[in-house]
Amino acid sequence: MADIAQLKSVSSQVRRDIVRMVHANNSGHPGGSLGCVEYFVALYFEILNHNPSDFDMDGFDEDIFFLSNGHISPVWYSTLAHSGYFEKAELATFRKLNSRLQGHPATEEGLEGIRIASGSLGQGLSVGIGTAMTKKLNGEDSLVYTLHGDGELQEGQIWEAAMYAAANKVDNVIATVDYNGRQIDGDVDDVLSLGDLEGKWKAFGWEVITEDNGNDMESVINVLNKAKTLTGKGKPVMILLRTEMGQGVDYMMGTHKWHGAAPNDEQLVNALGQLEETLGDY
Amino acid sequence: MKEYPVLGKKDTRSGFGDGLLELGKKNDQVVAMCADLTGSLKMGAFKEAFPDRFFQAGIAEANMIGMAAGMTIGGKIPFTGTFANFSTSRVYDQIRQSIAYSEKNVKICASHAGLTLGEDGATHQVLEDIGMMKMLPNMCVINPCDYNQTKAATLAIADYEGPVYLRFGRPSVPIFMPEDMPFEIGKGIMLSEGTDVTIVATGHLVWKALEAAKELEGKGISAEVINIHTIKPLDEEIILNSVMKTKCIVTAEEHQIAGGLGESVSSLLCRTIPTPQEFVAVDDTFGESGTPAELMTKYGLDTIDIVTACEAVMTRK
Repeated sequence: MADIAQLKSVSSQVRRDIVRMVHANNSGHPGGSLGCVEYFVALYFEILNHNPSDFDMDGFDEDIFFLSNGHISPVWYSTLAHSGYFEKAELATFRKLNSRLQGHPATEEGLEGIRIASGSLGQGLSVGIGTAMTKKLNGEDSLVYTLHGDGELQEGQIWEAAMYAAANKVDNVIATVDYNGRQIDGDVDDVLSLGDLEGKWKAFGWEVITEDNGNDMESVINVLNKAKTLTGKGKPVMILLRTEMGQGVDYMMGTHKWHGAAPNDEQLVNALGQLEETLGDY
Repeated sequence: MKEYPVLGKKDTRSGFGDGLLELGKKNDQVVAMCADLTGSLKMGAFKEAFPDRFFQAGIAEANMIGMAAGMTIGGKIPFTGTFANFSTSRVYDQIRQSIAYSEKNVKICASHAGLTLGEDGATHQVLEDIGMMKMLPNMCVINPCDYNQTKAATLAIADYEGPVYLRFGRPSVPIFMPEDMPFEIGKGIMLSEGTDVTIVATGHLVWKALEAAKELEGKGISAEVINIHTIKPLDEEIILNSVMKTKCIVTAEEHQIAGGLGESVSSLLCRTIPTPQEFVAVDDTFGESGTPAELMTKYGLDTIDIVTACEAVMTRK
């Protein structure tokens, strides 16, 4: 069982990394990144069966993760670095010229841990289902995990994929929606309401778990473990994970305004004052 | 000029279907996906022989493209099949991000390209696909000319690591390439040598180019005919060597002028050996319903159009 205190400590450092990375080049997406820290840390430090020190694109016999909402790349990069995929010093190159840490994740320069480009929304569920089918053909019992924004569910391709996975019993995929209720233009309910989201996924034939405490480490680990127990039973699995955009930095919470905005020098100091340095800043 | 006897008549899509079946036997990493057009794409035999490696995506092309990209992770070589317009414009962003930029080993196989789709009309007659696909970095673009070449190309692209767009068509057309001719990606084929004018053609227009060369021969004009089955990467050498000799060129394709083979050729020539060029291609218009033959005539893609273009370009030397 996980040492929750240790995972919380990693989370604090990841949050520091996120605000520092975004501040350093005055661009990026801190809000969703901060809201998904517990998910990423739980996944990479507790849930995934993976091999950070020897990254392989094909990932045979490894669990594989795809980030569909690629704009929250800071939380992924920081988590990958702290997991041992690449040196954390490289986080300093985020969004800079000649960096492997592109604004949105890319495979072109071989950044360890990234298996497909994402950024244009709605594509990652299809990709994950494809890899899950390959795992079945290869006789592997590893799992595929995907993460999506809730606003991203407005993309039609998501529902094509949802229909396909259920109809074809792709039951080795665990998708998660970062259900923070916010997108660039405002609240999801105001921009284009998703309606009864749990009912929609159920109607599409998915096993659905809603977790209201998506920023509580223990709850996130528990829901991911529960999702694992639901795989292999003929249905794809969806976790609707309620999170708070901007979690951990008070002035970024309760608003959509920090979806894609960087803190200034003063705001950075304020944010870092709220986040303990635990593993050493990059 | 060199004679090419007609070995039979068949649709190029059948070359794809037969090639895919053969591939299924040869390479167990090959998987096939189709968006509700299994019969039209001639993928039925593969589906029957390898049901575990055939994936019916339904009328959901975006998802099919994304799944194909995902299936490469773990070693599969997915061949997606649908009409050319649904293989390109409908899913351009999915191809761009999940396949081309991500350098995934997916083969996008597209039937019913161009005007020769016929009666279905302009909604289905994509004439922009070569342009869209060749603009994408990492994408290889192939448009074979007959049944034999399409079958050979289908086999060849499985051994090529990287994204490929393979374009073929619906109508029954003459078979004239040798059955045993290996397909070399990016290597044009010198069909007939000549000295007065170069004709570079792709897809269904290759046979018409040979017919045109024969007519020109009757008029005392010696035309060189090159089969450019791979539009990207373009075989620059074969084209440059030819125009050094003939000093003028005609390009012929079932595609818009904008974005087509002709544009790739003119881009090459203006940077190297500026050469008078005429385009036999569709000029900035959509197609319409009609028989393939009627459409090729109305939109200026017939043998006579190539002959006329050759005569015109020779006056500009």
